[in-house]
Amino acid sequence: MSAVVRIEDCRHRYGKVDALAGITLELPAGELTGFVGPDGVGKSTLLGLIAGVRELQAGRIEVLGEVAADPKAHRRLCYRIAYMPQGLGHNLYPTLSVWENAEFFGRLFGFGGAERRRRIERLLVAVGLAPFRDRPAGKLSGGMKQKLGLCCALLHEPDLLILDEPTTGVDPLSRRQFWELIDALRQERPGMSVLVATAYMEEAARFGRLVAMDAGRILAVGTAVELLALTGAADMESAYVALLPLEKRRGHEALSIPPRSNGRGEVAIEAYGLTRRFGDFLAVDQVSFRIERGEIFGFLGSNGCGKTTTMKMLTGLLPASAGSASLFGLPVASGNSAMRRRIGFMSQGFSLYTELTVRQNLELHAHVFGLPPSRIETRIGELVSRMELAAYLDALAESLPLGIRQRLSLAVALVHEPELLILDEPTSGVDPVARDRFWEILTELSRDKGVTIFISTHFMNEAARCDRISLMHAGRVLAQGAPAELVREAGVGSLEDAFIAWLERGEAGKPAAEEAMPSLALGAPAPTSHPWFSPRRFRAYVWRESMELVRDPIRLAFALIGPLLLMVVMGYGISLDVEHLPYAALDYDRTPESRRYLEHFAHSRYFEERPPLSGDEDFMERMARGELNFAVEIPPGFGRDLKAGRPAEVGVRIDGSIPFRATTVQGYVEAVHARFRSDMIDESGSRGWTEPLRVETRFRYNPDLKSVYALVPGVIAVMLAVVPPILTAVSVVREKELGSITNLYATPSTRLEFLLGKQLPYVVVGLVNALSLIALALWLFGVPVKGDLSALLLGAALAVAATTAWGLLISAFTGSQIAALFAAFLLSIVPAINFSGFLSPVAAQVGAGAAMGYGFPTYWFLTICVGVFTKSLGFAELYANHAVLAAFVGIYLGGSLLLLRTRAR
Amino acid sequence: MGTAAVKAGRLRTIFRLGLKELVSLRRDIAMLVLIVYGFTVMIYIPASRGMLELKNAAVAVVDEDRSELSRQMVAALPQPYFQIPEPVHWSAVDRVLDAGRYAFVIDIPPRFQADFLAGRQPEVLVDIDATAMSQAGIGAGYIERILREEAAGFGRNGVVAEEAGVKLALRTLFNPNAQESWFVSVMVLINIVNLLSIITSGAALMRERERGTVEHLLTLPLGPFEIVCAKIWANGLVVVAAVGLSLTLMVRGVLGIPLAGSLPLFLAATALYLFTCTAIGIFLATLARSMPQLGLLCILVVFPITTLSGNTVPLDSMPVAIQRVMAFFASTHYVKIAQAVLYRGAGFSTVWPEFLVMAGIGALFFLLALVRFRHTVARQVS
Repeated sequence: MSAVVRIEDCRHRYGKVDALAGITLELPAGELTGFVGPDGVGKSTLLGLIAGVRELQAGRIEVLGEVAADPKAHRRLCYRIAYMPQGLGHNLYPTLSVWENAEFFGRLFGFGGAERRRRIERLLVAVGLAPFRDRPAGKLSGGMKQKLGLCCALLHEPDLLILDEPTTGVDPLSRRQFWELIDALRQERPGMSVLVATAYMEEAARFGRLVAMDAGRILAVGTAVELLALTGAADMESAYVALLPLEKRRGHEALSIPPRSNGRGEVAIEAYGLTRRFGDFLAVDQVSFRIERGEIFGFLGSNGCGKTTTMKMLTGLLPASAGSASLFGLPVASGNSAMRRRIGFMSQGFSLYTELTVRQNLELHAHVFGLPPSRIETRIGELVSRMELAAYLDALAESLPLGIRQRLSLAVALVHEPELLILDEPTSGVDPVARDRFWEILTELSRDKGVTIFISTHFMNEAARCDRISLMHAGRVLAQGAPAELVREAGVGSLEDAFIAWLERGEAGKPAAEEAMPSLALGAPAPTSHPWFSPRRFRAYVWRESMELVRDPIRLAFALIGPLLLMVVMGYGISLDVEHLPYAALDYDRTPESRRYLEHFAHSRYFEERPPLSGDEDFMERMARGELNFAVEIPPGFGRDLKAGRPAEVGVRIDGSIPFRATTVQGYVEAVHARFRSDMIDESGSRGWTEPLRVETRFRYNPDLKSVYALVPGVIAVMLAVVPPILTAVSVVREKELGSITNLYATPSTRLEFLLGKQLPYVVVGLVNALSLIALALWLFGVPVKGDLSALLLGAALAVAATTAWGLLISAFTGSQIAALFAAFLLSIVPAINFSGFLSPVAAQVGAGAAMGYGFPTYWFLTICVGVFTKSLGFAELYANHAVLAAFVGIYLGGSLLLLRTRAR
Repeated sequence: MGTAAVKAGRLRTIFRLGLKELVSLRRDIAMLVLIVYGFTVMIYIPASRGMLELKNAAVAVVDEDRSELSRQMVAALPQPYFQIPEPVHWSAVDRVLDAGRYAFVIDIPPRFQADFLAGRQPEVLVDIDATAMSQAGIGAGYIERILREEAAGFGRNGVVAEEAGVKLALRTLFNPNAQESWFVSVMVLINIVNLLSIITSGAALMRERERGTVEHLLTLPLGPFEIVCAKIWANGLVVVAAVGLSLTLMVRGVLGIPLAGSLPLFLAATALYLFTCTAIGIFLATLARSMPQLGLLCILVVFPITTLSGNTVPLDSMPVAIQRVMAFFASTHYVKIAQAVLYRGAGFSTVWPEFLVMAGIGALFFLLALVRFRHTVARQVS
């Protein structure tokens, strides 16, 4: 077996975009192969397909002699491949510590306790992370995250290691250490093949074999030396450009930056001892610099070294914790808009309005900067022609290729002709040709127009183009000066080496990790059994999910306190009891009889008398304001007629704007009226009138018809229907969004382990909710449990299992956390409140309403809740409901299992 | 530059930024669908089926008499208030009530008709599931009245005797047949306004924070005041327009519900109310660190507002403490205005105090949002 990977005519599309346009490639085993090219050329897609974490659309891929697309082969390959996705620590769990992260991977690969610990300890020592084992992964530097990622990938001793841009955004020293690790590893295990993607052309020389890619195609394959010879270029970057198709590099010429001749001595930016703290984290520590007018000043450093924070302080976005900065001799802190009119700012990731067109973006900024309307059109014209945007004028910013978007972003920053440009990593991810074109514009601005340019970057070759640079690391400036001087001063050959030298000087005194590096070899390979359900992996998921939940205060608070809060709100707020209804009398009669009639109303506990009405106008006014629910009007002559035994009539006008209340009021009024009549009859006693029949009404279960006894148990059911699905849906989709779902695709875990492992912690949370809600019902609302508590508790457990599974099912359809949240909320709350029998009995529903009622678990659990609390029931009457709930658990879990993907699309 | 010119410039900027919000919204298909769906379907469904009114109540009857009178009495229960009563055996009464199959069970004893005609005052037993809160109370009165009337008519060949003494002339104003849809449609509309205005403004700001565009805006010669104002007028315009359309086309048109008062007056109240809602949305977006957190916060805020403002359950049936607390929420006053204007035809002279209170609360939240905005937006979104 000589080839580790064999690819035949592989194609891949995302919607309408071709990511891979026919790749055919064969790579021999035991080599270090690099895939080079800027962002968006298809490197990640290709590596994902090889790793088996992405679904193959067309073509054929063989990995280690197996067909990667075959699910069974994929399960076997999982034990032999390790995959580290793009992005710093994207498959790690930021709230888990270094040790915990490694532990989780160890469990997924089925290592027992002692063996797992042995391996993790060994690897952590080897990569130099042992001192940081308790630090949360989210708080590691980029380089440390990548080392941890590597540890996790190496635990099971793979035959094929796939690393997607492992060093992007990492400082040069960590980068070098990372590659040294890889080299050491390959020496120990010569059979292992390594595939790496990178956007740093400088790194290419390290790779035994290079695959240069562009627009989903392979440009060339060969060793670095071969490619340089093929193109006749001096370095890899120009070699790559030379390999590009002709139309892409037309007009491209080697960039040359003329020396600076203007603005000597005139200070544009000055910073002194600039410091910024976030809590106890020192983001920027005592940074000082002085930049002259027309100078191109670079900030070079890794992700998170404080570049962006410094820039934010300069623009006045963030106040400095200490130190001072001034622009054009004026302190920044004042942050007035006159100052801002002199600055153009381009923030990281080109913060454009992507839903606006190129023209709209430019116009908006022109207006905001208060350009006179007559000037706007010409200024936009100038910028469009200079930045070559004419072809895209009416295109949406989001539809633009990265390079064009970058130029638009620069155009936007230049709209008001600023004297100072602050550019935060303006070129990340952009291909070399576009980058050079961008630099041409910068050069022109600096040299011809005297614009001062303050730029940050993590590309060495870009930093080399600046007049002067600051080397930044961990919030501090290590060195400052012209790039060539810095190289000379450090006595090395390149800027990268110079940076490393400064870094090492900074870390002098600390023990150098790599010298004491123990062997990475671990001994026996991972056990390769693949049951469809492994209790160990299931426990690994349960453990990890619980840890993550416990460490996310907002989610945990929502999970535990949210239902209680909402129960208090709903329990007190939703009351169908109608009491203290305000009314007023309009007594035109004013006789003892009329007063007596009105007394019957005044004595009712349902009514509350307000000042009497003075007339019809008063009545209309107070009624419209909502002050009165009804008014009793007694006509003149009422007392006289009554005494004379003539029929008399009393008028009652009810506010019908709230129909439920109006109907109830009507019933009460009729009752009061009837009491008056019967009192009269009792008094006269003579007529001997008797009722023809008696109607005996028994309000069962809740004799006083207090809504609290019906609604509070109902609220428990509603809460357990709404909150648990939100939590589970978000927790699955979160992994999709953050990227850690890759661990499901790339490790031997099965969908069942993943789903059940995610579900169990939330079932526990749901049970805690259930218990606390029941406690609240008992002690706060005073609703006693009359029936069999164990029937209620079992019902709650089944209901929570069903609703958490419902959340899992919803997560299968949603791609973002926010969509999952709202889908889960709406798809749970509507059936729970409207159709579950909470407000109106399901028995009174017909057609679709009834289907909605019976088709969700809430109705079945609500019946148990109300049954046990208020109706004194137990298992004998409710067992069928328990059975139905159990069936829901099965159906929802089965559905989620079917819909959960085992690879990304 | 004179202050007048500065002000004019500010206004122009606010106008421009608001236009940008509108263009952004036009591209946001999901949000548009949500708005259209919210102001049509989500109103139509509850309004057309009702929740708290007596409708289709399930009734069972234990007819141990099987006489003409017993049959007539039971058959007289009118639809759509009640479903056609289904016969059950007396031994099953407890079971069907336990299971919630029926809310009402009418038990007519043996020899009922005979006793009735003989004037022996036979007794009809009505068992009611008093956990079916929305139906139990109203339904009990209904059933009793209907049974009595029917029996009385039977005794006198269908002619109900003229009752002597005092008569009661009941009249229900504003909604003569006490149709629930009249109430529900407008009140659900208010829920949609709450939900959408808070979520759209909050989510719009959160998205801008996550993308870094707000930060970008703050590097321009703009203050939080302009940014927040632009969001308020643009979001407000959309929601006010949607409310107007929904009231005329959906509520009045499709559902055929008459609206009593002045629509422009109500829309003015809506505009004022949105000031608060948008400010709350923005405020929440400054508290949250990510979109999902914002979503959880929104649920915790929107849910109580929706439940307690008097549009689900009348405010005066709530405990006094809750009524007092809710007086500090603009939503309570908005609901009052809506009920006064749209149901009872009140004019500005009646509702101006509520307008005043709402304006005050709105101003407060606006300031709060502004302060928070300045404080947090520049911070990194984790």
